[in-house]
Amino acid sequence: MSTPDTERHSYLDAPYGLKAWLLTKDHKRIAMLYLMSITVFFAIGGMFAAGIRIELLTPKGDFVTADLYNKLFTMHGIVMIFFFLIPSIPATLGNFLIPIMCGTKDLAFPRINLLSWYLYVAGGVILLSVVAMGGVDTGWTFYTPYSSTASITNVSLAATGAFVAGFSSILTGFNFIVTIHRMRAPGLTWFRLPLFVWAHYATSLVMILGTPVVAITLTLIVAERTLHLGIFDPRVGGDPVLFQHLFWFYSHPAVYIMILPGMGVMSELVSAMSRKQVFGYSFVAFSSLAIAVIGFLVWGHHLFVSSQSAYAGLVFSIITMLVAVPSAVKTFNWAATMYKGSVSWESPTFWVVGFMGLFAIGGLTGLFLATMGLDIALHDTYFVVAHFHYIMVGGAIMAFMGGLHFWWPKMTGRMFNETFAKISAVLVFLGFNLTFFPQFILGYMGMPRRYYAYPDEFQVLNVASSLGASILALGYLLPAIYFTYSLVKGKAAPANPWGAKGLEWTIPSPPPTFNFDRDVVVTEPAYDYNPSREVHVG
Amino acid sequence: MADTTTGAATGHAMATHAPTGHGAHGHHPRLQHHFYSMEQQLEASTLGMWVFLVTEIMFFGGLFMAYIVYRTMYPLAWVESSRELNVLMGGTNTAVLICSSLTMVLAVRCAQVGSRKGLVTSLIATILLGSVFLVVKFFEYKAKFAHGLVPGPYWDPHAVAADGTLQRITLPFGSEIFFALYFIMTGIHAAHMIVGIGLMTVILVMSAKGRFSAEYYNPVEISGLYWHFVDIVWIFLFPLLYLLGYHLGNVG
Repeated sequence: MSTPDTERHSYLDAPYGLKAWLLTKDHKRIAMLYLMSITVFFAIGGMFAAGIRIELLTPKGDFVTADLYNKLFTMHGIVMIFFFLIPSIPATLGNFLIPIMCGTKDLAFPRINLLSWYLYVAGGVILLSVVAMGGVDTGWTFYTPYSSTASITNVSLAATGAFVAGFSSILTGFNFIVTIHRMRAPGLTWFRLPLFVWAHYATSLVMILGTPVVAITLTLIVAERTLHLGIFDPRVGGDPVLFQHLFWFYSHPAVYIMILPGMGVMSELVSAMSRKQVFGYSFVAFSSLAIAVIGFLVWGHHLFVSSQSAYAGLVFSIITMLVAVPSAVKTFNWAATMYKGSVSWESPTFWVVGFMGLFAIGGLTGLFLATMGLDIALHDTYFVVAHFHYIMVGGAIMAFMGGLHFWWPKMTGRMFNETFAKISAVLVFLGFNLTFFPQFILGYMGMPRRYYAYPDEFQVLNVASSLGASILALGYLLPAIYFTYSLVKGKAAPANPWGAKGLEWTIPSPPPTFNFDRDVVVTEPAYDYNPSREVHVG
Repeated sequence: MADTTTGAATGHAMATHAPTGHGAHGHHPRLQHHFYSMEQQLEASTLGMWVFLVTEIMFFGGLFMAYIVYRTMYPLAWVESSRELNVLMGGTNTAVLICSSLTMVLAVRCAQVGSRKGLVTSLIATILLGSVFLVVKFFEYKAKFAHGLVPGPYWDPHAVAADGTLQRITLPFGSEIFFALYFIMTGIHAAHMIVGIGLMTVILVMSAKGRFSAEYYNPVEISGLYWHFVDIVWIFLFPLLYLLGYHLGNVG
């Protein structure tokens, strides 16, 4: 039970009020601000997805016009990628936990952390104004010359929104790197860090190395549309394919910005829920860095059919397959961690197991697409759509939900309803598979992506997919309800409800403003669950 | 176990944040609460600036990539267009920026040895040199507009003869892209110069107020890193844009 005394000193209660929250420099409060804002954008992106699934219930284009459909999938992509997936785990769980896991009071640059949230909100407001003015129809990829010369929608403004949100992501990554290098508590060596921190370190590298490139690329699009500086304009000798290279140089690694933090969450959850040290700690740690590095060398697999030379394609194909190696290292090591562990079937475990199944399917179908010959057939079909949703929704969002359940008691000091949490995990898993597995078959049968009408024989699978989407929506709505309910009526959470190891579980739930009452000194490795070596902790 | 929660009220956090806490514990007044020591704070802010500069390198990197691709596609246009740039003005600006880097280093040195007067003087010199750069750049841009060397609907390259008549120049296909890149690369560089001058003005005001000492001069040092970075970008831009025609000789 939490006493009034501790409540008064938690970060949630200390100086209260709107102003105190909006001008806070506390990484935990900024994480909560981020959590609320990304939830709003997740809902908005979900509504665009609903529009898409309703249109695809019938073969004819009848619910929306072709133009509106183009805008729906474009806005769905932009909102979900730039405004939900990229900030999702790093800006919420990462922001909240990295200083605590490093045994320090805050990130290295608290004001820049707050600035990052304001940039995110500014980018979001710009994007919502684009929605209000009718949306954008270029696809989230902004391919030239359509985006630079042909489209009559508000491309410049949407690109500006993504640009501004990109800087919020750069600042988050920048803060994490400096914090992890310079702020670790005495005794907290690199190889005693939780794997969550390693994964975020790798993610931050991708953020700071990739995001500026897409920023300049989007700047060039805006320059071309507003100042007529035709960098990609074939009429003056520009090459539209150069845009694709520059765009994917960021946007492929961006996939790893989405999945790497999820992998970090997985390492924490698998270990805690199996009461066992992560199998092959250093391999899992280095595989994060390997994914970040290899991820920068594979962008050409998006250009297999964009006039790229076959030799370049061959090299990109081989390097792309190499990404499977560190990904498999992680997956097998998680499985090995659970093997002979004492697995407790509490709600986070459900999301963990769901992640492992869906990520495996997503990852393996990635190998299909990395194979050049096969990709020529599958390119721009629903197979691709299904593949990346298995990674991003089945992987990244499952991990995000798992992490949110796992650390919710720590973040809010409240317990949620376990039964509903398990139901929600099962609903999401079933709904997700029903939504996206038929899309693999549709894509294999030849249904192209981004069309609002399709031949009659594709209807059964499309109806199944739309049905699955509504189950999926229910699975996401449920947590919104029981999490909100827990804030009002939830039982007070103890400091360590899951019996997990890690610095964050040694402090009260919710933590005090400066995290630790005294200076932290770390004397043991991460995940020290081995009872024979158990020593007295704080 | 973590059942020491009631200790929160009397713990370290409260003690260090009592009104007299800083002085009583011998902390430097500029030490922020989440750092252990001034050294850690300086190391963190310096690393922070370096990481930020890495993002800047990637930002300009996209432009240099476009430059490489198009220079390979249109070598002749690159040589011919490069000759339309004013090497004297570009060279002057190169010299001005190198001098400003020197005054910046002097500013950091003065901060390290605690010379407020030297610091203020060096910063004023740095700001003035940066401004000279921008003024020269303005006249360069103006000349480009006057000669129709602006990509887009007003693209109409011409020379103005002594008697005021216009002589149309035919530049090879691809020259518009050269000038588009010229304007974007030098334009973004100039924007960084403006930010740098703004930054230096803030540092100047802080220095004049005596905010820095031999123990605490992080902002001077890390702003200096930024200033040098912006200079170095120009050191790359100058030969790549201005000297290409000379370097490649009389092609065409």
